[in-house]
Amino acid sequence: MSPIVRLDGVGLTYPGPPPVPALRPTDLVIEQGEYVAVVGPSGSGKSTLLNVLGLLDRPTTGRYELDGWDTGSLSDADRTALRGRHIGFVFQAFHLLPYRSALENVALAQLYAGTPRRAREEAAVDALNRVGLGHRLHAAPTTLSGGERQRVAIARALAANPRLLLCDEPTGNLDSATGAAVLDLIGELHADGMTVVIITHDLTAAARAQRILRMRDGVLTETSPTEVSAP
Amino acid sequence: MTAVRGSHRRRPVRSDGPAAPPRSRISPADLIGEAVAGVLQRPARTLLTALGTVLGVGAFVAVLGLTATATGQISSRFTALVATEVRVEDNGGPDPLTVDIAFPDDADQRVAAIPGVVHAGVYWTAPRLQVTGVVLPGQRPAEEIPVLAASPGFLRALNPTLAQGRLYDEFHNDRAEYVAVLGSAAASRLGITTLAVRPAIFIDGIPFTVVGILDDVQRNTDVLFGVLVPRATAQMLWGPPDPSKRAQMLVETRVGAAQVVAQQIPLALRPDAPELFTVTPPPDPRELRDAVSTDLSVLFLVLAGVCLVIGAVGIANTTMVAVLERTHEIGLRRALGARPRHIAGQFLIEAAAIGTAGGLAGASLGLLVVVAVAIIQRWTPVVASWTLAAAPALGLVVGLAAGAYPATRAARIEPVEALRR
Repeated sequence: MSPIVRLDGVGLTYPGPPPVPALRPTDLVIEQGEYVAVVGPSGSGKSTLLNVLGLLDRPTTGRYELDGWDTGSLSDADRTALRGRHIGFVFQAFHLLPYRSALENVALAQLYAGTPRRAREEAAVDALNRVGLGHRLHAAPTTLSGGERQRVAIARALAANPRLLLCDEPTGNLDSATGAAVLDLIGELHADGMTVVIITHDLTAAARAQRILRMRDGVLTETSPTEVSAP
Repeated sequence: MTAVRGSHRRRPVRSDGPAAPPRSRISPADLIGEAVAGVLQRPARTLLTALGTVLGVGAFVAVLGLTATATGQISSRFTALVATEVRVEDNGGPDPLTVDIAFPDDADQRVAAIPGVVHAGVYWTAPRLQVTGVVLPGQRPAEEIPVLAASPGFLRALNPTLAQGRLYDEFHNDRAEYVAVLGSAAASRLGITTLAVRPAIFIDGIPFTVVGILDDVQRNTDVLFGVLVPRATAQMLWGPPDPSKRAQMLVETRVGAAQVVAQQIPLALRPDAPELFTVTPPPDPRELRDAVSTDLSVLFLVLAGVCLVIGAVGIANTTMVAVLERTHEIGLRRALGARPRHIAGQFLIEAAAIGTAGGLAGASLGLLVVVAVAIIQRWTPVVASWTLAAAPALGLVVGLAAGAYPATRAARIEPVEALRR
């Protein structure tokens, strides 16, 4: 069984001038079912790491295997397909379509997998039930609270049954109580076997993870949870 | 790892077995559904965006419809008058001074014998003559009124309406009687209001009995300002026409016969010298109709085209704004597995949908205009069915053309950039 993520000297340098090394060559293995937090100040390269992991950006060096796929050898179309089927994204800004119902937003997850409409909607209803929003299927995102919106976004990430859940500052736009509820939900998903990578600068959020990686100036280092939660 | 990069024939295969992930795909129905949802999410903006196309297509349908409607009216009038009229000129041949009048004395009869001819008559303007009406002491100096020498057939070919009296006929002409028919304007200038007193006029001092006053004529309306006298009388008194004002012939034909009749006239008149005549047949009715349509249409179709270009620019502008506004949505869709072509397709279909809807609305609007104008003018509305069928297609083309650039722009947006907060 191959790991979900295997980075082998993966780095990304934005072409200059002057060239900006956003991610120094990094080795990293994330096994199935792990809960990993990446912390670091803004500008440290966290987002670059997330973009590389999420196949949104191509690394300039090294080898990235996602669920056993050597992503560097794939065409853009195959990378797009892999991204759509294997990765669920949760963004800080939710990125819900404002004029579509919660159900429609979640059903978007499988739109580009060629899943028939009925099956998409069934999966969307399941996912919304799982995040506790089964009673707000037809609500417009504008009528939902921030916490509810993020739970719709998480439902959308889950609907396509991803192998990896990538969360980019999922509590960044929420107050602490709502944020905690969203983190509880992510914890439950991990408990059910989901592999989770969460990027955050909130140390209490990071403390819930099994592994904590610290990012600084494009360099990724492994840290113990106790070390991080200490002041 | 045996993967081959960028190969379409050999899809990458994972070391531990399963085939490559199936490529992203979306059914046309789903793609159209997403596009329609995108169009409907801002109904007011969509309506405004479609307005240019509505006006352009509306103008297109209205112009073609009104042209067809008006042409129907015009051509029915032409068939009544112009299309049944043939004019023959005495061109005098190669040496005009040797031939004073080419028309034989029995020209009317010769031409009238051609099948399809209704009336035919010769006329020319006599040399300047002094015409006097009722002589009263110290009044009314001699008037300069044109005197036309005209055979009786010419009078009938005018399709005249008589105010009073009658036309002179072959009898008067054969006997070279001193009779005259006055145009209504000439009659009032000469002070002749009634025939009850058997008035006479004097042309160069020679008395002529007025037998009729014309109220109106359908052809050669200038005769209303003149005095008509029999051709034989004029020729006897004043000789043949002046070389500068050569004789002409007016021929009225049955509907549809004009073209054929025109070819036969010169030979019927003068088998020995048909080249002495220049015949002017009426324009072919079909050519005439086409000419009318073309004249009217070209200008207005250009205007309709301008409207359509403005409509296209409007759609392109709105779609471009939508692409920029919905960058997050584009990034999200890419993150969810959409390929650039899916993004391009969605925005292209959105633009095409706006264009098609505009085309449909424009066709309805144009049709309403045509019907309204026809009702006001009491015309029969005529709209070719192909214009109505073409209208939505025209809108579709406008939408596709307008959406092409924004859609390719949308497809080129990188998901990383699009999702940056």
